[in-house]
Amino acid sequence: MSEYQTVLFSRGLTELTLSFHIIYATIGVGIPLMIMIAQWVGIKKKDDHYILLARRWARGFVITVSVGVVTGTAIGLQLSLLWPHFMQLAGNVIALPLFMETFAFFFEAIFLGIYLYTWDRFKNQKRHLLLLIPVAVGASCSAIFITIVNAFMNAPQGFDIVHGQLVNVNPVKAMFNPAMPTKVSHVLMSAYMTSAFVLASIGAFRLLHGTEHIYHKKALFLTLKLGFIFSIMTALIGDFSGKYLAEYQPEKLAAAEWHFDTERGAPLLVYGVLENGQVKHAIKIPDALSFLAHDSFNSEVTGLDRFPKDDIPPLYIHYLFDSMVTIGILLTILSLGHVIGVLRGWGLIKTKWFRWITVLGGPLSVLAIETGWWLDEVGRQPWILRGILRTKDAATASNHVDTMLWLFAGLYFVLGVGSVVVLKRMFQKNSVEKELQDRAAVKAGAGV
Amino acid sequence: MTMEILGITVLGVFLFGYIIIASIDFGAGFFNAVSTVTGKDHILTKIIQRYLSPVWEVTNVFLVFFFVGMVGFFPKTAYYYGSTLLVPASIAIVLLAIRGAYYAFTTYGGLKHKGYVMLYGLTGLLIPASLSIVLTISEGGFVKIERRGPFLNYWTLFTSPLSWSIVLLSLTAVLYISAVFLTWYAHSAKDESATNLLRKYALIWAGPAILTAAGIIFEMRKHNPIHFNRLLDLWWMFALSIIFFLGTVYLLWKRRSYGIAFSLLIGQFSFAFLAYGVSHYPYLMYPYLTLYDSFTNKAMATALVIAFIAGLCLLVPALYLLLRLFLFNKEYIQGKRNNHA
Ligand code: HDD
Ligand code: HEM
Ligand code: HEM
Repeated sequence: MSEYQTVLFSRGLTELTLSFHIIYATIGVGIPLMIMIAQWVGIKKKDDHYILLARRWARGFVITVSVGVVTGTAIGLQLSLLWPHFMQLAGNVIALPLFMETFAFFFEAIFLGIYLYTWDRFKNQKRHLLLLIPVAVGASCSAIFITIVNAFMNAPQGFDIVHGQLVNVNPVKAMFNPAMPTKVSHVLMSAYMTSAFVLASIGAFRLLHGTEHIYHKKALFLTLKLGFIFSIMTALIGDFSGKYLAEYQPEKLAAAEWHFDTERGAPLLVYGVLENGQVKHAIKIPDALSFLAHDSFNSEVTGLDRFPKDDIPPLYIHYLFDSMVTIGILLTILSLGHVIGVLRGWGLIKTKWFRWITVLGGPLSVLAIETGWWLDEVGRQPWILRGILRTKDAATASNHVDTMLWLFAGLYFVLGVGSVVVLKRMFQKNSVEKELQDRAAVKAGAGV
Repeated sequence: MTMEILGITVLGVFLFGYIIIASIDFGAGFFNAVSTVTGKDHILTKIIQRYLSPVWEVTNVFLVFFFVGMVGFFPKTAYYYGSTLLVPASIAIVLLAIRGAYYAFTTYGGLKHKGYVMLYGLTGLLIPASLSIVLTISEGGFVKIERRGPFLNYWTLFTSPLSWSIVLLSLTAVLYISAVFLTWYAHSAKDESATNLLRKYALIWAGPAILTAAGIIFEMRKHNPIHFNRLLDLWWMFALSIIFFLGTVYLLWKRRSYGIAFSLLIGQFSFAFLAYGVSHYPYLMYPYLTLYDSFTNKAMATALVIAFIAGLCLLVPALYLLLRLFLFNKEYIQGKRNNHA
């Protein structure tokens, strides 16, 4: 294999593993919080439906966690296997959050084990709920720490390079880089948001298939309320992310917005296609880009003209950006509509088509996560460490990267199909109605 | 103690932890598969699942901790091992992934199929074999530095008696460690028939485990005489290790104090592990990479040590809670409790 090819396949494999891992990781970050909220509501309201909700989510969660864990292990090793030069450099400066992440994993893994195997073991339900707090905190911390590493790749700082040698390393400064605040908070909020919509999607699907059980309605209302809150937060912090880009990575913002010439009062281009360097069919909102970038309609926004050709990321990231934002706005409206609908008793939310859109909400939010990350990662190209190390100089020289790509593609196919099949079986075999009856029977002393 | 030694000691402890708890898991899978083939699965399956269920994710984190910590304390290993291990490590990852995921699918998801039991048993042997290659490579002689970086010479690797004896040792050690632990566990669970079967396995694999270990020392004489001589200097550690080994076998034979038998086994492997590690010093990959030239900068080392100590303060109580609730909880072990979600 030529050097060019190894780089290409290394990228492909990294992209594949991360895109697969992020589905399970996002769910892994958000669901513990959702379980916690449901169980808490259940205890507060003394409503068994919410408790059962928490319990069923927890059961499904084990399956997604397991795939998250094994694919996470894969990407953890792959970073060294595919990008040895990068990891050697990064290891010197940004190893601290990576190391702290393993403690977060430990913490999460231990308490998840305990939580899962102690249902009904405590007289006081609240004690059982307490066990979930470290799980949720651990999961969110692992997202925070790994995102800090990624923020560092976008805005490296905390070291100097003198004659090719790393000196004056400051691990804490490296962690608190300019990309970190917006990135970490946007990733967290979008993970909570996605988990809420994925769970809402399940509830809506159940309602579409026959049962009008109040359990599913409660589930849907709870998850969409949470979905609404978190999608507002996501959009708000997304706006800050744009401002961060304008300040520190103007080439990424310019490429994402097809902003070619530096100017004041820059317009925002929404949708459209690029043909031979010409933007067609785009909706043009005057001065909006200036406002998004700097909070002022007349500010100057750096365009692609200020950068050497070699340093400009691929322009297709515009489509990724638009998809993410569109999905974000759609889901905000959807969840708001549902919440108001329930409070006002609108018939709309009981219609088939509204429920089908809610079902779509889960996959759509996952898609927003994917497009968001592709935007972020592809928009950093040609750099692996912005301004310091180019992607093409960081890859392994091994000759077998192509074979490994196919090997892993096969693995993810098996894991993806396997997890879906198992989840489906788990919930179909064990219907809510039956489980509620069983629980009632146990409580009445008839069962055991 | 220098920072370098401190770093490698921390990593060594976690690697050792992984070797022991992962061996228990790998071996358990294998015995489960064997007993399914021979129609004795009713004896073992329950014991094995009860032990593994709450802890399998924790096992995996030990491995993650080791390789992340390695890159943190010794960033150059990312370059030397990362460049050379692509294929063997990828194979290990794929096997680990299939094993881990299907364990969860079958235990929590209720997927039942004999094929999975076999798969689980088989991956339990293949994973240690493929991971053991790391150990082989560290002995030197398999990696060449070329213009584009370090390359692994597969032909030398696969034709080397040393690499095969290391593979053999990894297999016998896995089965022996696992059988001894599970004998104790089954005994605590008051499961007579499982105890008897596992005790038999433990005695069967004791001989091969010690023989293959001796075989490696023998191979080392030809492959890396320097390392061999340093091993001989530490003969007393190996002597202690062998005494512990004899103790374990004696107790098993007499059907006595299985808990102590397992502690002795830990002693045996600790001393062998330590002696091997000390004699390998200061190399991480012979002869290219030592502890000292691969070590990270002072600032990062300090930060990692602080993070480690802070992490331990969280981790130790949590692990203690886990062990108390499951491993040392009589009611749980004996299957009188099942509070699974
Ligand atoms: C449910 C998912 C989701 C939704 C609805 C949105 N985002 Fe997002 N976005 C992400 C999920 C995401 C992400 C996956 O979390 C990314 C990828 C990398 C990152 O830092 O966060 C991201 C990155 C990202 C970036 C790039 C940051 C960088 O490269 O440093 C910007 C500018 C925005 N987002 C802006 C927005 C705006 C203005 C939204 C308006 C609704 C929005 N996002 C909705
Ligand atoms: C920002 C994107 C990422 C997020 C939000 C994320 C989050 C998570 C979460 C929550 C888990 C626990 C499994 C679960 O609960 O489902 C996990 C597992 C894991 N992730 Fe990621 N991850 C991301 C990217 C990465 C990357 C780039 C790496 C490589 C360094 C990585 C390494 C790991 C490892 C090693 C595990 C397994 C840990 C274990 O054994 O328990 N993750 N990830
Ligand atoms: C989990 C969500 C993520 C997804 C979906 C994702 C996606 C991608 C994609 C699409 C690429 C290829 C870019 C290209 O070559 O055009 C890439 C590259 C890469 N990503 Fe990410 N990424 C994620 C998170 C992370 C995180 C958290 C880290 C750091 C710890 C990371 C490290 C890398 C590295 C080292 C490369 C290869 C070098 C490069 O292409 O710049 N990624 N990722």
